This record gives sequence, C-alpha cells and structure tokens, in this order.
Amino acid sequence: MCDQTFMAATFGPCDNCSKASPLMNIYIKTEAINYCSFCMEMMACQGLQKGETLVSLKRESDTLKKKLEEERAKLNDVELHQVAEKVEVLGALPIKTRRVLKGHGNKVLCMDWCKDKRRLVSSSQDGKVIVWDAFTLNKEHGVTMPCTWVMACAYAPSGCAVACGGLDNKCSVIPLSLDRNENLAAKKKSVAMHTNYVSGCTFTNSDNQLLTSSGDGSCALWDVESGQLLQSFHGHTADVLSLDLAPSETGNTFVSGGCDKKANVWDMRSGQNIQSFESHDSDINCVKYYPSGDAFASASDDATCRFFDLRADREVAVYQKDSIIFGATTVDFSLSGRLLFAGYNDYTINVWDVLKGTRASCLFGHENRISRVRVSPDGTALCSAAWDNTLRIWA
Amino acid sequence: MSSSSSLVAMKKVVHQLRFEASINRVKVSQAAADLQQFCIQNATQDPLLTGVSSSTNPFRPQKVCSFL
Repeated sequence: MCDQTFMAATFGPCDNCSKASPLMNIYIKTEAINYCSFCMEMMACQGLQKGETLVSLKRESDTLKKKLEEERAKLNDVELHQVAEKVEVLGALPIKTRRVLKGHGNKVLCMDWCKDKRRLVSSSQDGKVIVWDAFTLNKEHGVTMPCTWVMACAYAPSGCAVACGGLDNKCSVIPLSLDRNENLAAKKKSVAMHTNYVSGCTFTNSDNQLLTSSGDGSCALWDVESGQLLQSFHGHTADVLSLDLAPSETGNTFVSGGCDKKANVWDMRSGQNIQSFESHDSDINCVKYYPSGDAFASASDDATCRFFDLRADREVAVYQKDSIIFGATTVDFSLSGRLLFAGYNDYTINVWDVLKGTRASCLFGHENRISRVRVSPDGTALCSAAWDNTLRIWA
Repeated sequence: MSSSSSLVAMKKVVHQLRFEASINRVKVSQAAADLQQFCIQNATQDPLLTGVSSSTNPFRPQKVCSFL
C-alpha cells in the first residue's frame, strides 16, 4: 500500500523549487509530494545514485569481511594444545553416579543449581517444575506449568524464586515459599513475552532482572518487578537456543548461540553485538563461559564442542573425535576450567581436557539423550538431566 | 520500497562489520598462556579434578561401619 505512487495533475508552486508550474502530485509512503516535472527528474536521478550506493555498500562489506578474516588469521601463531604441551596429563578421574533423582514423568529438559550448592530446579516436557534437595533427594516444591515443554528454568541468586519458560512463549517467575501447602502456581508472575518459544533464561546478578533467549531470534533483558523490557538484542538470523552470563561481578556481557551457527557476545547495557563467531557447521545448542570470563565453549549438532577466546577473537580449540557422531547438546566447565563436561545425543557425557584437547573420560549411565549438564557452584558435583526422565548427580 | 529497506539492512551490516574490525585483539599465544595460567592456578581448588575424600564431599557415600 505504501509503495504505490498515484499521479494527478494540478498547477501551483513546486514544493522543491517554488516555481509555479504544472505539478505532479505523487505519494511516497503516504506522504504527499508536489513537484514540478524538472524536480521530479532530479529526484529520480538521486534514486539511481541510491542504487549505486547499495552496490558500493555490498563491496565494502565484502572487503571488511575479508579484512576481519585476515586480522584474525594473523594472530593465530600457535594452537592451544601446543602451548599446553608442558602441562601434566590428567590422571584417571574418579567420577561416578552418586544420586539418581527420579520423579519427573517425562523428558527432563533443563536444570539449574541454587547458590546454596545443594538445591536444584528442573523442568520437564510434561510441564512440571520441581525443586529438589540434592543431598537428601527430597522434592521440596513442585509446580505444574500450563504449557508442555518447559525448556528453560533458572534459580534466582537469592534462592527465593525460580524462573521457567518454554512453549508458552513466556518466562514466568515463581517465588518459593517455605509453606508446603501453599499453591505456588497461583503466585506465578509472567515476566518475559516473546513471539516464539523461550529457549533459555537466567537471572542477572540480582533477583530483579531476567535475561531470556527465544526462538524468535532475539534475546531480551526484563525487569521482574514491572515486567518491563529493559533491552532487546537483535542480530541472530534464526532461533537462539542458549545464552550464558559472563561470570564476573561487574561484567555486563553475555554470549548467545543459535540455529544460525553463530555465537554472539553482547553488551547488556547498550544492546550492541560486540563480537561474533561463526565456525560451527550446524546449530549451536549450548554456550558457556570459561570461569575466568575470557573465553567460552559451545556445543553443536555437528558433534563438536569448540572453545573460543574473546581477547584473541577466534576459535582456539575443537573437541571432536571420529567415533563421536551424535550432536552435543550441553556443556559446562569444572571450577578451574580444566575439564569440559559435554552431554551428547548418544546418551553419554564426555569429559574433555580443555587445554590439551583430548578426551579425559566418558560418563555412562543415562538411558536417553542428555539435555543439560551443570557443575554445582562449589564445583563438588556435576548434575545431568536427560530425556530418560531422571537427573543424575556425579561426584 | 524494497530497495531502501535492503539499503538500510546493508548499512547496518557494514556498520557492524566496521565495529568488529576495529576491536583490539591479542595473539593466540598470549591468550592461550593466560588460559593455561588460570587453569593451573585454580586446579587445586577444583574438587572434580583432584577428587575429595568421602568425609568432605557430601555426595560421596560415607565409609560403611560394620559391627564386629
């Protein structure tokens, strides 16, 4: 509608040159423009110039892309595993299943630890969100969400609330109360509204701000109290599947990964995309920062996990093996960053030596795809959630 | 008009690329050395790496006491 131009003839002063002459009344995007025929031709020529600008812009973007690649390649003087040759090889890791948390009726899609290092929250395909005490295997709270496929859940830093979201396109915050008889579902508060499923959520350093990623290709920062959108992050060209907040107290950046095979680093305050990494061959399922905050790892459907350094602005390691052909769905680092735990669709968790690039161990036990692995806040245990309806604690 | 919207989109792409091209980068050798340093410094405090005894790790089973 806005692109149509209507021509009609009148006589009067031209909008552009103010000379009285026969005017062509045209509408450009619903705006009435009355030019004489000479000014019309001038405008049409300028339109041609715009066409040229498009071509020159394309040329500039191609040269910039090439320049970026060259700059990044120049700094690649050595590989990470070469630098790490002098580091001691890891001994056998004594990690075994110590607890099995049964109680979900369907695939467990997500889990998160509480800062008190013993509680965790998990969400599943049947809409149930359960808060567990990992030491005693007690189920402390259970909430039924009105939608199925609760793909994201997170514990608030204070331990007093949990956030969860999924196919309902929303992320809701549920305050946890000590009173067991209280109906938690009634106090649920919808905070985030997206136009497609919510794939990941995390609280920022306080209980009052929530960061979400969605299948609509955007990430967003919300104020929990008012439900207001504080900042939105656009740049992905496909579903965003995962996000992770930078670990430092003062840090205000986060990384997101999605189906467009890109991992983007964002500035939370300005909404600007600071860095972008594109080296995976398929969807990125999960991203996680290295404990120092200078690097991050990603897990992808191309059966590899990759390690990207933010200061060198490039990929520095690839964790892959010919025998691993199933996609990796989730990654997490151990406390020192030496171990990378990665869950795969072949029901196993591979433990990679981050520095040397070799596989240190393989954890078997789950009977279906691993959907999430998370190391506890004090680093003593690893929790894994899987499509076999259980969660396992490894230590 | 479709040409002006693709123009705007193209301008955004070039703007973003210019921004990305201008950031400071360090050499991989430097970055790798720092990553390695961080790992080694914190290795002793990493329970999953070093393994902790049953008494301090709440998840490990306690040694079973048996009646004699």
